[in-house]
Amino acid sequence: MTFDGWIQIALFGVVVVLITKPFGSYMARVFAGECTLLSPVLGPIERLFYRLSGVDEKAEQSWLVYAVAMLLFNLVGFLSLYALMRLQALLPFNPAGQPAVEESLAFNTALSFDTNTNWQSYVPETTMSYLVQMAGLTVHNFVSAATGIALAIALVRGFARRSAKSIGNFWVDLTRCTLYVLLPLSIVVGLFFVWQGVPQNLGAYTEATTLEGAKQVIAQGPVASQEVIKMLGTNGGGFFNANSAHPFENPNAITNFVQIVLIFSIGAALTNVFGRMVGDQRQGWAVFSVMAILFLMGTTTAYWAEATGNPNFARLGIDANPSGLQAGGNMEGKEVRFGIVNSALFATVTTDASCGAVNAMHDSFTPLGGLVPMFNIQLGEIIFGGVGAGLYGMLMFAIVSVFIAGLMVGRTPEYLGKKIEAKEVKMALLAILILPLSILGFSAIATVIDAGLAGPANAGPHGFSEILYAYTSATGNNGSAFAGLSANTLFYNTTIGLAMFVGRFLMIVPMVAIAGSLAAKKIVPASAGTFPTNGPLFVGLLVGVILIVGGLTFFPALALGPLVEHFAMMAGTLY
Amino acid sequence: MLKEIRPAIVMMVLLTALTGLVYPLAMTGVAQAVFPHQANGSLIVKDGKVIGSELIGQNFAGERYFRGRPSATSDTDPNDATKTVAAPYNAANSSGSNAGPTSKALFDRVQAYTAKLKAENPDAPVPVDLVTASASGLDPDITPAAAHFQVPRVAKARGLPEAKVRELVAQSIDGRFLGVLGEPRVNVLKLNIALDALKGG
Repeated sequence: MTFDGWIQIALFGVVVVLITKPFGSYMARVFAGECTLLSPVLGPIERLFYRLSGVDEKAEQSWLVYAVAMLLFNLVGFLSLYALMRLQALLPFNPAGQPAVEESLAFNTALSFDTNTNWQSYVPETTMSYLVQMAGLTVHNFVSAATGIALAIALVRGFARRSAKSIGNFWVDLTRCTLYVLLPLSIVVGLFFVWQGVPQNLGAYTEATTLEGAKQVIAQGPVASQEVIKMLGTNGGGFFNANSAHPFENPNAITNFVQIVLIFSIGAALTNVFGRMVGDQRQGWAVFSVMAILFLMGTTTAYWAEATGNPNFARLGIDANPSGLQAGGNMEGKEVRFGIVNSALFATVTTDASCGAVNAMHDSFTPLGGLVPMFNIQLGEIIFGGVGAGLYGMLMFAIVSVFIAGLMVGRTPEYLGKKIEAKEVKMALLAILILPLSILGFSAIATVIDAGLAGPANAGPHGFSEILYAYTSATGNNGSAFAGLSANTLFYNTTIGLAMFVGRFLMIVPMVAIAGSLAAKKIVPASAGTFPTNGPLFVGLLVGVILIVGGLTFFPALALGPLVEHFAMMAGTLY
Repeated sequence: MLKEIRPAIVMMVLLTALTGLVYPLAMTGVAQAVFPHQANGSLIVKDGKVIGSELIGQNFAGERYFRGRPSATSDTDPNDATKTVAAPYNAANSSGSNAGPTSKALFDRVQAYTAKLKAENPDAPVPVDLVTASASGLDPDITPAAAHFQVPRVAKARGLPEAKVRELVAQSIDGRFLGVLGEPRVNVLKLNIALDALKGG
């Protein structure tokens, strides 16, 4: 670990803190339906959308209708994306002549982008036409992000309103989020990416003759327009197989810095939106602090593990010490321009959020370095989190925390003036328990049947880690991978597809039900007996609940994978 | 609830048109007009022929050039489409090795590379980035340590004084952005082009 490395981490933290309030203020205006700077330009488009689709923007929906609208929209999105991939050979913008995508892969990919996971069982540059990349995958990068944000806003309305029957209008939230938040930022930052070297063209792949006279075919495409929303919407599906490690997706340290800021930007800003909507910004900062503490713990561990490197290389006489001339450390699966600190930081950020983009191969991380991204996802990606999903996941834990605090003092728990009763606690626990059920359940199946055991590329405990990571990533809707796993098979495409579905929608439905039930409640005025949820005591309690719930549930599985591999590595055992 | 079906379909169509066609095509138009070099892949053209991209590493096998990092990319086996063969720096199929830290195959590969490099330059320790595969398989850069390590071999193959090659390496180092972000690096293709341009090379 170097001084310069810590400066880079600190700089990142400072930028995230600085954008939280202004961006939160802007988003709060957007979802309150207020006029913004961009309204003169986007207002007419917004109203056209409502008119053509027959939406009354003034009409609000109950939690059930809101959930049904969201599910129907996602169903249409899933079916249209599946059809687009199956038909790509007959459609334009296909200069590389990609054939139709095979059924189980198309099923997996359609669910993957529909659920904001962006797990990729395929190599994009040899599988997808430019039309699928733009009109299919890029679109879902926008709308799955907007769906998540809309749901978080609906939940916060549940806390903020009193004795209300409705929690907003899904179509309005979806449209306003896409038009006013995602699209303008994508245009500006996307052009910045092009300036820095990210390609944006519709041309055929380039054939180059290298200095030594060999042939090199260079994949091209409309990369920048997809790259920016991939990060901003915490989607993470790469235009290329190597994702943000590919020099065309992430050419230098500046684009890398912007990419990780984009991943956290909306998740961080939403904590502020939350605070504003419930009428006390300190409530938002309390949630922000919990996230920041967990982020720093993960980053420190991953940075330390990767900088320490692989002791087996040291005995070969390889120089892996950091100096002015090299970053050193564990460089397998990492890029020189990012070195150790930016790879460890990116891996932590992308799994704190449900992004899943990678700028280094997590599969080649040291055991403890690779444990950090896996554990982050298993905690539910609530550390700034997936756009929207991070906030509503964190609020589920907050409900459980006030419940536990209430048990300790024998008082009915309250959160933000709402009485938390049996129904809310049950629903919150349901949402939280879906995660281990799917991750551990599917992993257990895959480790005992032949179709599952055929997947791992690495032998020994690392092979188990590859399987565990796959279902962790799928259920958490993250999309990153221990990519050695051969996942493009009928078994993995199907089970990973199901895990993505379960992890997204079986968590969302109980959460929206909580929103509906909270909205209908009265506000209880705060009294001397109210447990304050905007101070350090609550922050500490919430961090504890998250770590104990996450730690206890997944510790046995992690012990069989990364932990045992760490001790094997230290003992010099190879597989 | 049935009345939510129409917006579900129409909204999907409208948002596809906007974010899936208008947005990427307009971005392409603007990018091609304002940043044509970058938008088309930062290609390097020499005598009317494309020799590569500034951002994409290429495979250097000969003694006269600086070499990049090991690359784990592959290609379809020309004799059997169901198999793959190693094809370093295949820029149409980016990939890392995905070898785990306790992989025997990884250890053997690193050991073999280290032995070769030690034979090439016994006087300096082998920098770790020269024996480990990059994440993309297309890493255009090596560390300054890895560039300095290769100076004796390149100088000998070209019949140049070592000091002259070392000076070129020193000039080719890109530092951290604003002295803070990223890591110092040397772009191998650009360094080799500069090497070819050296007088007496």
